[in-house]
Amino acid sequence: MANADKELDATGLNCPLPILRAKKSLGEMTSGQVLRIVATDPGSVKDFEAFAKQTGNSLLESKEEGGKFVFMLKKS
Amino acid sequence: MSNKKLSIIATKGTLDWAYPPFILASTAAALGYDVTVFFTFYGLQLLKRKLCLQVSPLGNPGMPMPMAMDKWFPVIGTAMPGMQSIMTMMMKNKMKAKGVASVDELRGLCLEAEVKMIACQMTVDLFDMKKDDFISGISFGGAATFFEYAGESDVSLFI
Repeated sequence: MANADKELDATGLNCPLPILRAKKSLGEMTSGQVLRIVATDPGSVKDFEAFAKQTGNSLLESKEEGGKFVFMLKKS
Repeated sequence: MSNKKLSIIATKGTLDWAYPPFILASTAAALGYDVTVFFTFYGLQLLKRKLCLQVSPLGNPGMPMPMAMDKWFPVIGTAMPGMQSIMTMMMKNKMKAKGVASVDELRGLCLEAEVKMIACQMTVDLFDMKKDDFISGISFGGAATFFEYAGESDVSLFI
């Protein structure tokens, strides 16, 4: 699995903040780089899938780890 | 490829109803939409420089109240002086505890994402509001201005 170029801690944040913060982080990255996001909002699992589908960034990984949700997003 | 477009009419001026337009507008912007929000009637409160939005349990049987107050409190109790302030304070504390963004923060994110905000000129005049009462970066217009954006939108919502 690809290593992350940038980390985003979205724990404790609720909809729509994890998505908005991820969008902002991706804006500071270059194409092909990977953003690792850690969130606690259970709604973010579906939301990051939908975000990836609609923005063309690829969701390399989505998993639950010790009650937290971890996502790997590759910037298109 | 041209961006998808979303246009929203925001008509409500309470703390709870401030969320849908700002959440949808900021999220759509993050998804690459061009977003326009038209604020009319009580929705104008959402554009005030100083936000003083409140939530009321009065006439709102769907509102969950803390400590099951809605179960034993008579309906008339929700009309007691101070009830609105108490419920507003409780709601704000709960939102903070649950990591829900403040309306101010969401509005700021919308402005940052270049969401176009239009205040309805007719209702601004109707309520004798002054342009100075509103945040900067917004424009003023009427129904025809809304349709300039709504007419070419992929999604249009009335909130």
